[in-house]
Amino acid sequence: MAIVKVRDNFQQARWNEPLIYELSTSGLRGIIPPPVEEEINREAGDVFAELPDAVKRKSELGLPEIAQKQVLQHFLHLSQETSGANLNNDMVEGTCTMKYNPRLCEKLALEPDFADIHPDQDPDTVQGMLKIYYEFEKVVKAVSGMDKFSLQPGGGNHAVYTAASIARAYFEEKGEAEQRNEIITTIFSHPCDAAAPATAGYKVITVYPDEHGMPDLEAIKAAANEHTACIFMTNPEDIGIYNIHADEIVEALHDVGALCFYDQANANAFLGIARAREAGFDMCHFNVHKTFGTPHGGEGPACGALGVRDYLAKYLPVPTVEFDGDKYYFDYDKPDSIGKVREYIGQSAVVLKAYAWCKMMGPDYLKECAEISVINNNYMLNIMEKLNGVTHAFRDNGIVRQEQIRYSFEPLTEECGVGSDDMNRRMGDYGIPWFWASHYPWVIPEPMTIEPCESYTKEEIEEFCKVVEICMEEARKDPDKFKEAPFNTAMHKRLDNGDLDDPEKWALSWKSYCRKHNK
Amino acid sequence: MGEKKYVHPYIPNSEPNVKRSMLDAIGMESAEGIYKEIPDRLRYHERMDIAEPIIDEYGCERHVRKIISENMNARDNICFLGGGTWNHYVPAVVETVMERDEFLSAYVGDAYTDHGKFQALWESSSMLSDLTMLEATCTPCYDWANAISVACRMAARTTQKTEILVSGSIAPDRLKIVQNYCKPELKVTLIGYDKETSLLNIEDLKAKLNDNVATVYFENPTYLGGLEVNAKEIVDLAHEAGATAMVGVDPTSLGILEAPGAYGADYAVGELQPLGLHMSYGGGLGGFISTKDEEKFIAEFPSLLFGVCETSQKGEYGFGEVAYERTSYAQREKGKDFIGTTAALHGVAAAVYMALMGPQGFRELGEGILKKVAYTKSELAKISGIKIPISGYSYCDFVVDFNGTGKTVKEINKKLLDYKIIGGKDISGEFPEYGQSAMYSVTEVHTAEDLQTLFKALSEICAK
Amino acid sequence: MKTIGLIINPVAGIGGKVGLKGSDGSETLKKALELGAVRESGKKALVALKKIKEVKEDVTIYTCPGEMGEDICRQAGLNFHVVGEINSGATDAADTKKAARELVKYEPDLILFAGGDGTARDVLDAIGTEVPVLGIPTGCKIHSGVYALNPRSAGSLICDFARDKIKSTREAEVMDIDEEMFRQGEVRARLYGYLRVPNEKKRVQNLKSGRGHSEEGALDLVANYIVETMEPDCLYIIGTGSTTAYIMKKLGLPNTLLGADLVYNNTVIASDCTERQILDAIKDYEKVKIIVTVIGGQGYIFGRGNQQISAEVIKKVGKENIIIVATEDKMMSMFGRPLYVDTGDEAVNAYLRGYMRVVMGYEKFIVAKVSD
Repeated sequence: MAIVKVRDNFQQARWNEPLIYELSTSGLRGIIPPPVEEEINREAGDVFAELPDAVKRKSELGLPEIAQKQVLQHFLHLSQETSGANLNNDMVEGTCTMKYNPRLCEKLALEPDFADIHPDQDPDTVQGMLKIYYEFEKVVKAVSGMDKFSLQPGGGNHAVYTAASIARAYFEEKGEAEQRNEIITTIFSHPCDAAAPATAGYKVITVYPDEHGMPDLEAIKAAANEHTACIFMTNPEDIGIYNIHADEIVEALHDVGALCFYDQANANAFLGIARAREAGFDMCHFNVHKTFGTPHGGEGPACGALGVRDYLAKYLPVPTVEFDGDKYYFDYDKPDSIGKVREYIGQSAVVLKAYAWCKMMGPDYLKECAEISVINNNYMLNIMEKLNGVTHAFRDNGIVRQEQIRYSFEPLTEECGVGSDDMNRRMGDYGIPWFWASHYPWVIPEPMTIEPCESYTKEEIEEFCKVVEICMEEARKDPDKFKEAPFNTAMHKRLDNGDLDDPEKWALSWKSYCRKHNK
Repeated sequence: MGEKKYVHPYIPNSEPNVKRSMLDAIGMESAEGIYKEIPDRLRYHERMDIAEPIIDEYGCERHVRKIISENMNARDNICFLGGGTWNHYVPAVVETVMERDEFLSAYVGDAYTDHGKFQALWESSSMLSDLTMLEATCTPCYDWANAISVACRMAARTTQKTEILVSGSIAPDRLKIVQNYCKPELKVTLIGYDKETSLLNIEDLKAKLNDNVATVYFENPTYLGGLEVNAKEIVDLAHEAGATAMVGVDPTSLGILEAPGAYGADYAVGELQPLGLHMSYGGGLGGFISTKDEEKFIAEFPSLLFGVCETSQKGEYGFGEVAYERTSYAQREKGKDFIGTTAALHGVAAAVYMALMGPQGFRELGEGILKKVAYTKSELAKISGIKIPISGYSYCDFVVDFNGTGKTVKEINKKLLDYKIIGGKDISGEFPEYGQSAMYSVTEVHTAEDLQTLFKALSEICAK
Repeated sequence: MKTIGLIINPVAGIGGKVGLKGSDGSETLKKALELGAVRESGKKALVALKKIKEVKEDVTIYTCPGEMGEDICRQAGLNFHVVGEINSGATDAADTKKAARELVKYEPDLILFAGGDGTARDVLDAIGTEVPVLGIPTGCKIHSGVYALNPRSAGSLICDFARDKIKSTREAEVMDIDEEMFRQGEVRARLYGYLRVPNEKKRVQNLKSGRGHSEEGALDLVANYIVETMEPDCLYIIGTGSTTAYIMKKLGLPNTLLGADLVYNNTVIASDCTERQILDAIKDYEKVKIIVTVIGGQGYIFGRGNQQISAEVIKKVGKENIIIVATEDKMMSMFGRPLYVDTGDEAVNAYLRGYMRVVMGYEKFIVAKVSD
């Protein structure tokens, strides 16, 4: 058995790295672009000099001037000051499904047969890529039971937005667009389930859970009426409780003529276990970069796979990828389509990597991902429950948690004033990346949301729990010192001096930093 | 059920003894003890209809390689497509940084443990601001079209107006995205353009400007390859009408073309892909929005914005999120539009690219492309039946008119494949007024030899 | 450096353990002492003061003599100045009021007081919203929103306040039940008014870049939405409380903070109405709506502080014409608990039970459970 290593002598790289502009020396350069051949020079002449004055850049370009090694060195330093799932115990970013991102997929994405193809190429010249799209669509269809997918949305939120656009188109066609101007969501659904439909023009009715933390079926029924266009709900919600009313909610919404969208951002633990179709949903989406093993890129690139039932397929963005038995082709012939939500046919690199990942898994190992995820989570809970100072949302409701849990440091806060943010900073000193506390509002006080998905070992789970325990003990001993953490991560504690909120002080760029801070 | 013959390399706790010990600890027989919370009517009892795995890494690699080998790539062939994704050189250093697992597999941590990500993205925004001369640039959005869409809604909120004027020569696919995103509150109106130059029709702009216009959006260079000589006049007209002005730019052109901030634009938007990202069949995209460092503009960003701040360690550069309360993360439906995972890594790549290039690199790149495009246009115009329908200089993209050849672009492009050439984009559907025309794109990767191969091929094809 | 005034109501809570449900009135106090009650208020307050010791360099404390502050400060090891005088051994409400008025003269940044709802009322009577306050809960009845969760958290809050970490204040209700009725087994809570308390915002704090929205901003959004959606030719019964008061302010109309006003076509047609006046008025109007807010820490929408809007009124107006307004902070503070109604009429309570919408901002709605 592997050992459980608490990294009590950890030190993250802290390079005290200058801002890139401070590395600049006039005249240096990092790369030389290909020179223009003499014959072209001769023929074309000095085109820049001939440009009309109105279009010519007249001011100096303020970019830094740095030699190549120093550019590489700078960004390598910055990379070392960053925690990624592939090198950290990153089960801590709950709701994000931080799994291992196989190197194989990266290798494939750098192949010229993928990296160097243009999205406007004739479909005949990119049959391989269209096949990848077509085959990956089959996977998400099987996982959800939906009839048709679009892989065009650029992320989970974007897929939710696309679903809201489809709802709008659906009711426009029925002549009910004006009447149906509300959507329903729950407070533990991802914020985008409220924000994206609001962007598409909907009023948002939010429902709070019942006393067990379960989405309140009766409240949803009370909220639904002839003005409701759609419900946008996550299941399981971000606190890890499976919504047993999913199908009854769908029925209630359908009864008032509304559509139902299933946010499947937290689908990892339900691959082969439960699907949107059985629950009766009209639409659902997956965060391909979460559930299907592709890297998160520090917040993208990403892909939101949006699935719909057959009666909504005609509204999907154009084009869809089809196969006529011989060749793959684009179908643009969709007069009822909402149009497009992203350029070309989506984030192809994510789709390629996800396809490769699924090929490594197949149906049975996909299901095993799910099963191990929920076992991991409950194994962790079993340890955490014995710790003094931390509890979890709706602790005593008797419901077994699924893939993640929203813990709460409220007892610790009551005891010594140390809260979630303080714990978060200090745990970084033990090599644990910044945990995901909770979406706002923090209805669960002093929150911490942990999702130990299938990639993590038993020992890593134990390591994490041990770090929580040690940190809580430290907090009790010397809360004031504790609140000054972190001490061993890449950055010290931020001062609360308005640098980030005061328009007179905030600096989004070097220029504005120099101007506002007298550099 | 299929056989699970191996302990999967990606699922360590599936090792039977480990799994058993964990189940014992939680007092359960199997995962079903957890899934019992899901009512049976919601359960899926079948085996998912997904192809069997290739669990050995070599086998899987071969399998995927074989599929993508069906693609024609721009390395073994000469590709003249542009118009939103461009074939530029990707420096080795960019590739190295992009592939660092730290950046690649990070996510939403705060700057305490992701300090480097914050700094890299701040530097990226900062360098984009140098290019655009607008001091506030957000973290990446999905793509250029998304950047326009988001910025239009920002402009509408800042000005409290609801009409968007958009240049008629905008890429039709970008327009579709903007139209969908502006629904239902905003009205999108197209302004005419001059067919001879592809530039905005000033008279039509004047006619359509009114006191309800939030912003005027135009592109420079235009999608069809013109350089907007009237940019300042357009911006001034918009301002006179109480509207803002927004310019879509190719950031690589800004070493030689005037910066939007210099002619008074309020927003510059564009695509990150040409800044060091592979084309990757559309997988290289990322959008940016630059605006003025004024609260009324910045307060309307939905995106994450990173800023420099002080920490308890004197002299240390700390980073954090600027005006986070704006976002839908903080305020759900009451945030500005919505924000989520977009294309942050591409912002990092762009940072490395811009730092490598520096002012000299961008200048040389731009001047070189101007020359190569001018050369290509004049050589193509010599081929019988081919015309260059749009006057003036171009940067990367330009239109080639094949009407005189009696052949369709589709036919020509098909024949070009025999010469291992991927021809320009057929715009006969998007812009029927140009008839059988294609949009070609020439960049620094095209050598004189590549270009001459094209000339020779087209001469032969068009002569037949 | 912050200046803090401190008042301890030494007899607060004395009735609790001997089953007297409060200690208001000297007869009760006498009875409590006869029953063997002990003065625990000071002991509880000491917990808070010991915590405050952490910031003793940053605060100047003014307090009252003897058991009303001096003794406890000494025990806690704090530096302090004693002001005024008290009727030691027999302090009552008058002493609290006198002390509050005396302390205000020293221009404190905040007055910290230990007691229960009765004490909060005394402080309200004496100083209103002039100076921010914070209550250390030591009494039997804590319905008012001016108290910290427990003495320890009151201490922590003062530490944060002293370190300048709390920058805004909000209005919180002073509620009390009629103790005479309460001892007879009937709960009749009243809203007495509002005091200003430090805005701690526990549940929505810690946004990465700090600063939250002000309470005022939140009220503004609610009020804007209501004002924009008010219908012409409709009689509005405006309930008690500061949220509804803000709506009236938006409308530019005079308002009765602790009473019900009637508004028709943007004009106040009656102020501070009794139940009878409301019932008489609604006979004459075709369309009538009620706007109420959530009162008190327990979340009553009817039956606490707005008894004028009675069961009879509700029956006549109809559930569908009730508009509930509340800020997000208010709703968050009650997360996991329903809203309550106690109209005194079982049938009407049952009628209101179920789910109702709450306007929580501009076009921001939640559906909340209503219970009785």
